[in-house]
Amino acid sequence: MRDAPSGDAVSDTMEVNDETHAPDARWLSQGDDWVLELSGAWREHSAPLPELPATEVVGAVRVHAGGLRSWDAPLASALWHQIEPFARRGADVDLQALPEGLQQILALALDTPPPAAAAPAATRGRVARLGARVTAWWALRRKTLTFFGEVLLSLGRWLRGRSDMRASDLAWQIEQTGPRSLPIVALVCFLVGLIVAYMGAAQLQRFGAQNYIADLVTVGVVREVAALLVGIVLAGRVGAAFAAQIGSMRANEEVDALATMGVNPVDFLVLPRVLALLIVGPMLTAFGALVGMAVGWLVAVGIYGVTPLEYVYASAQAITLPHVVVGLIKGTTYSVLVALAGCLQGMAAGRSAQAVGDATTASVVQAIVWIVVVASALTVVFQRLDF
Amino acid sequence: MNEHLHSQPAPPEPGAEPLVRVENLTMAFGSNVIQRDLNFEIAPGEVLALAGGSGCGKSTLLRHLIGLQVPAKGRVLYGAQDLYAVDDKEKAALLRSFGVMFQAGALWSSMTVGENVMLPMQVLTDMEPERREQEARFKLALVGLAGSFEAEPATLSGGMRKRAAIARALALNPQLLFLDEPSAGLDPLTSAHLDELIMHLRDDLGTTVVMVSHELESIFALADRLLFLDAQSKTMTALGPPKALRQDGPEEVQRFLRRGAAAPVKEETPS
Repeated sequence: MRDAPSGDAVSDTMEVNDETHAPDARWLSQGDDWVLELSGAWREHSAPLPELPATEVVGAVRVHAGGLRSWDAPLASALWHQIEPFARRGADVDLQALPEGLQQILALALDTPPPAAAAPAATRGRVARLGARVTAWWALRRKTLTFFGEVLLSLGRWLRGRSDMRASDLAWQIEQTGPRSLPIVALVCFLVGLIVAYMGAAQLQRFGAQNYIADLVTVGVVREVAALLVGIVLAGRVGAAFAAQIGSMRANEEVDALATMGVNPVDFLVLPRVLALLIVGPMLTAFGALVGMAVGWLVAVGIYGVTPLEYVYASAQAITLPHVVVGLIKGTTYSVLVALAGCLQGMAAGRSAQAVGDATTASVVQAIVWIVVVASALTVVFQRLDF
Repeated sequence: MNEHLHSQPAPPEPGAEPLVRVENLTMAFGSNVIQRDLNFEIAPGEVLALAGGSGCGKSTLLRHLIGLQVPAKGRVLYGAQDLYAVDDKEKAALLRSFGVMFQAGALWSSMTVGENVMLPMQVLTDMEPERREQEARFKLALVGLAGSFEAEPATLSGGMRKRAAIARALALNPQLLFLDEPSAGLDPLTSAHLDELIMHLRDDLGTTVVMVSHELESIFALADRLLFLDAQSKTMTALGPPKALRQDGPEEVQRFLRRGAAAPVKEETPS
């Protein structure tokens, strides 16, 4: 193939004269053979080559370039595209008539082994597609359940003192998720507490019942609002960070490096994060509730003319142990769900930058969906229990 | 210093019990088969190089050997234990007996280089902190990174990360070391230094080394045997000493070991 080109081939250094040598290409049939007749100046000419009119070639495929004045890389690419399918099927491909440079480039490209034949994409019926989707859905659920199971097993190992978790990691996670979340929790609880107090008070004033602002705000904030806000703030601030940290560790094979050391990645990466939020969750909830109650006091005393002590007394009357317990249980549950969603998405992330981004988004969405679903369920359960 | 350094293990005997035995291993991603019917053994104290064209499944084979990817078919046996059939505790014990260096290092980016090397000792042994640090500094010195103990992985060059990863893989003095392209992308001096290190690990400490490598120089300098995976036929086509394979191996292996040059035509002795 790399022999000198036949005499009628024109050197690629030949001068271009597009006016008189318009590029032309056509397939000619010669008995069993097909010949691509190239002529004119092809340099800087992007016209596509004509498709071979036949799909099967019995004889040889040849290229004649008697009238070819000039050529460049796009022509080589277009020729390869035409010829490669036949070369791959073992047809006799004759490029001798091409200019030497073009011939050698094509020989190099045709020499590359073809890509491994991908399995033909089976055309699937509607039922099969539905089946595939259900299977994928179930696989995802199973993954989630398996992950929950692994976290429980890991917790069990920790309780029996056999965990690979380092205490320093737990302390670091608590520091990262707890004190550093205080400002944003305070801000959000302050503003939402203000809204609750203001809206509630406006309605109560219509009945001259401003004195009940304390009851409304205290019960609402302590029992429901603080927990929900802490859950959502943590989902954005902490859950997303968990997914991104673990996801990028997976992308860099850092998780594999742990696993091959015989260290359980769930013990080492997931458990400290879940335990940290288990510890920090109720504390942040209590803090958020205090902020909410303080805002209620400001609104009631500052705007609606309730005396300061009256408000404090009414709050103290309203805040009973069940409310506090329910609020703390909810806050803890939501926080743990945030940790689980973040770690699950991180551990399930793919190995690319895009996949880490997707995992981060998914962790926030999943945490919020879980929180809302569990919040509804817990509300019904506690109501039924008369708690 | 490391107590293992003083021991002089006997050179591997030819008929010694293999350390690892791979039986009928088929590797696949879903229905896409990467390699099928791999059968080979890894003898204690040898350096085995895994080679083959891009995409032939060298790194995938390595992942199967170190417990990260479940075989589609076949077994990976460490002694009498099947890596994928033992329970979690036994698997963890097996995994702890070997060190792994990943292609890009896979250093834990939230820790310093020193902490990376110390972590295996901290989590898996009850070594004293001072002792851990001493060991870690020694392992880093072995790979020529004595000054990088306090460095963050992100501040290291690619080659330094690889070397730090080798130091981490050596943390627990493993009897079996897996290296994924140890010298790829390193300058010739560093690469030669690493080759020398691997040679010492084998000769002085009796460490068995399995390495994925494209570097012919390293392969010829280090490997006792070469396992060649063929991407076309999707199975191993050669296993033997690299120099012998360059002379008498299958054609594609000879071409690989001669950087694409065709095998010289053997001259017939005139009769």
